[in-house]
Amino acid sequence: MNLLLLIATPLLTALAVLLCRNKEQVKWTSLAGSFAQLGISFLLLFAYNAERAAGNTAQMLFEESYKLLSSPNINFHFGVDGISVAMILLTSFVLVAGVLVSWNVEKMTKEFYFLLVLLALGAYGFFISLDLFILFFFLEVSVIPKYLLIGIWGSGKKEYSANKLALMLMGGSALILVGILVLYFNAGNTFDITQLSQSGISGHLQKIIFPLLFLGFGVFTALFPLHTWVPDGHSSAPTAGSMFLAGISMKLGGYGCLRVATYLLPEGAKEYANIIIILSAIAILYGAFATMMQKDLKYINAYSSVSHVGFSLLGIGMLTQTAITGALMQMVSHGVMTALFFAVIGMIYDRTHTRQVNEMGGLMKVMPFTMTVFFIVGLCSLGLPGLSGFVAEMTVFMGSWENAGTFYRIATIAACMSIVVTAVYILRAIGNVAMGPHPLPVSASREGNNRLSDAKWNEKLAAIILLAGILAIGIVPEWLNNLLRPAAEVIMNRIGVK
Amino acid sequence: MNDFLTLMKPELVITFIIFLLLFIKIGKGMKNESLLPLVQMLLLLNFISGFFFNKPGSLFGDMFYTTPLVALQKNILSLGVYLISLLCADWLKKTAHMPEFFILMLSGLLGMFLLISSGNLLIFYLALELASIPVAAMANFDLEKKRSSEGAMKMILSSAFSSGILLFGISLIYGATGTISFSELSHQLNGSPLQVLAFVFLIAAFAFKLSVVPFHLWTADVYEGSPIATTSFLSVVSKGAIAFIFIAALYKVFQPLQETWYWMLVALSVITMIIGNLFALRQQNIKRFLAFSSIAQVGFILVGISSNDASGLSSVVYFVLIYVFSNLAAFGAAAVISEQTGKENIDDYKGLYRTNPFLSWIMVLALFSLAGIPPTAGFFGKLFLLTSGSVRGNFWFIIIAGLNMVISLYYYLRVVRAIFMDKNENPVEKIHVSSTVKLGMIICAAGIVVTGLIGKLYDYIQSLI
Repeated sequence: MNLLLLIATPLLTALAVLLCRNKEQVKWTSLAGSFAQLGISFLLLFAYNAERAAGNTAQMLFEESYKLLSSPNINFHFGVDGISVAMILLTSFVLVAGVLVSWNVEKMTKEFYFLLVLLALGAYGFFISLDLFILFFFLEVSVIPKYLLIGIWGSGKKEYSANKLALMLMGGSALILVGILVLYFNAGNTFDITQLSQSGISGHLQKIIFPLLFLGFGVFTALFPLHTWVPDGHSSAPTAGSMFLAGISMKLGGYGCLRVATYLLPEGAKEYANIIIILSAIAILYGAFATMMQKDLKYINAYSSVSHVGFSLLGIGMLTQTAITGALMQMVSHGVMTALFFAVIGMIYDRTHTRQVNEMGGLMKVMPFTMTVFFIVGLCSLGLPGLSGFVAEMTVFMGSWENAGTFYRIATIAACMSIVVTAVYILRAIGNVAMGPHPLPVSASREGNNRLSDAKWNEKLAAIILLAGILAIGIVPEWLNNLLRPAAEVIMNRIGVK
Repeated sequence: MNDFLTLMKPELVITFIIFLLLFIKIGKGMKNESLLPLVQMLLLLNFISGFFFNKPGSLFGDMFYTTPLVALQKNILSLGVYLISLLCADWLKKTAHMPEFFILMLSGLLGMFLLISSGNLLIFYLALELASIPVAAMANFDLEKKRSSEGAMKMILSSAFSSGILLFGISLIYGATGTISFSELSHQLNGSPLQVLAFVFLIAAFAFKLSVVPFHLWTADVYEGSPIATTSFLSVVSKGAIAFIFIAALYKVFQPLQETWYWMLVALSVITMIIGNLFALRQQNIKRFLAFSSIAQVGFILVGISSNDASGLSSVVYFVLIYVFSNLAAFGAAAVISEQTGKENIDDYKGLYRTNPFLSWIMVLALFSLAGIPPTAGFFGKLFLLTSGSVRGNFWFIIIAGLNMVISLYYYLRVVRAIFMDKNENPVEKIHVSSTVKLGMIICAAGIVVTGLIGKLYDYIQSLI
């Protein structure tokens, strides 16, 4: 399995989109390209499992390395472990769905799809890079597309949100950059993750670098209190943009926190674990309570994302194998779930032209398909067994409980409490939007509720693809667990018994 | 004799072109339309010829030296001049005195070539004067505009002032060490107070030419008043040349004083980045905007220079190459718009994408490259500068530089936002971009996209050192 395919396919898709003559061509080209990427990700999954079944125990599989520069020592070093495979799969799912739900983007269609595919390219490249410089390069590649997607196709105070997002992410990148430069010069002039993990970086130095890297990646993954770009960015972005931001971009940060900060700097991670736990517990509770106060559907999902991503960070902070596996599962699960959530919100907004919960009502009768999906994804968000959210959050809680200390117990219980709050805001939102007798959405089309159409084929397909992901994790979590747990074990072995 | 021909080849070629233009001018004369392609062709040949016969050696008792690296530096400058002749073709065709403009520009370039090659403070001073006086005349080239004359006046006064300081520094150095030859100087320097004082004067003169804060005050006015062809020459070619000789002087000649100049550079760099960025935030005129952005970029160049090892030298050369592409692309787009519509304000760019997608993409690509965002080459350029700057382990310095990248992103995004997002009832009308200008822009765009991803290029620069 050649990992370069994962970079070449989106690149070719993007170039093909540029060459298209009209909107129809653009749409079908990007759809074909994104399905090709989905196919490649599945191939990668099977190839990976086959290698593992054949007894290949190397930490990274399908490694490839091409020299870019000798001084500073930079290589295009690619390779995947279970975590990367899961994340790549998530990316291709969200990309396909994102392309499908953007079917009726009228304004500058070509540019829109070009940037969307570019965003995916950045994510793929990030997840397969084993060289910190290249990893950082791909992390940064996605900044321009995000900025332009929000600024041009967004809604509401889009310029403000786009600026805020770009600047905060750039600030995070500056911290990451300094962190990896310090690593480079103090660990034998290499950016290579596998080499860095073998070089002995002194504990003192780790304690200096860890905060830089963790905070830097934390900006991307909405670590409290650096989460403030999330609500604005998510709610101003166009539907596909929000799906990408919440579904993938935030996971880039989580992946970086784990793979770069925690894995390479175990001493630093131990030193600051308690602070991470406190911050993520605050994020979980604060995010949940802030969501209660929101009336705009996108803001509801944006703040609940802050809360849900907090679980991932909590899992990382707990530093037990189960908790880290749970954190990774939560990343995948939340990625699929939140992408679907934003997709459904987009479908509702396209028809009712409002996102205010209290202006809607009784949509179940007129949009049964959309609303059913909305129901399922809502239940997934509040952690109903059988859906992905439950599996992931349960694993995090169990992992956290393995730490026997009053402090850990209190943090875990506090995080658990948030589920109740989640149930309150999710059920209230669903109840208001789908149920009830509310006659007409105030700012909806003149014909009123009865003329609102249900999801079209493209939207149905997008929803079904993402629903399949949620159910696949929720009902048979075994495959994901098998993928993530060994990789988490490698990280835990490095951290050592606490 | 043979040595003279090969070692001084770049200078001789430029001199040849200057004389050719002079003869054409005083002879029959040619129309701008037919002369411009000829000049462009000659400049292209000059650039290509720069790749061949680059032997190291020195002439005139070490007053003039050249190495493959020096030849590469000269070639980067030649490339810049060639691109300017393409990008500013519209304006050049219209000026009444085009041959003179090129004669002045090439004289300046000749001065810069000698400057980079100088091995002696005397030649260094003469070459610096040759590099600055023609530029002042070029700044005055929009003859009917008052601002242009004002800019030229400011330029010549500040340049004369800095030359005075430089001369004073040189005479103090001569007094303290008894030599003006670079190779002997480095053995004579021991850090005595008088030498440090002389060195401070030299640094001040360099800082003037590089427009390092607090010696930057002339920059914005001169940039704004001059025609864009002059501005881009000043901000790209001239700055590149000064950066090259500055780094050569620090690394080769003033190596014994490195503890002194390291902290001077750090202080100058931090203050330059911060002031340049903060002033750029509020600018409305695109030329002033790019002036302050180029001040901030010089701050980043100083980060690389501060490393005091081979990586500093190579990262600066590499950055200047990328800077040639990025800044010239930005100036080129601004030049076309200003030439055809007279609009130079950022607010005028609102809604530009709807009417001029090509120009918009060029501008945005250039700005992202200046801001240092991948996949543009500017990212690699900035990163290598920061990497070499962190060789000494002074990571606070790097954090400050990193945060300055964030601030700079803010104002570059302002322009992007105006072009793509802001609504405007009367956007700039559709502009016809002539094929010459388009060629220049495409070369710049290709340079911005490709340079970073070709690792060989950076390896090549390093192999020359």
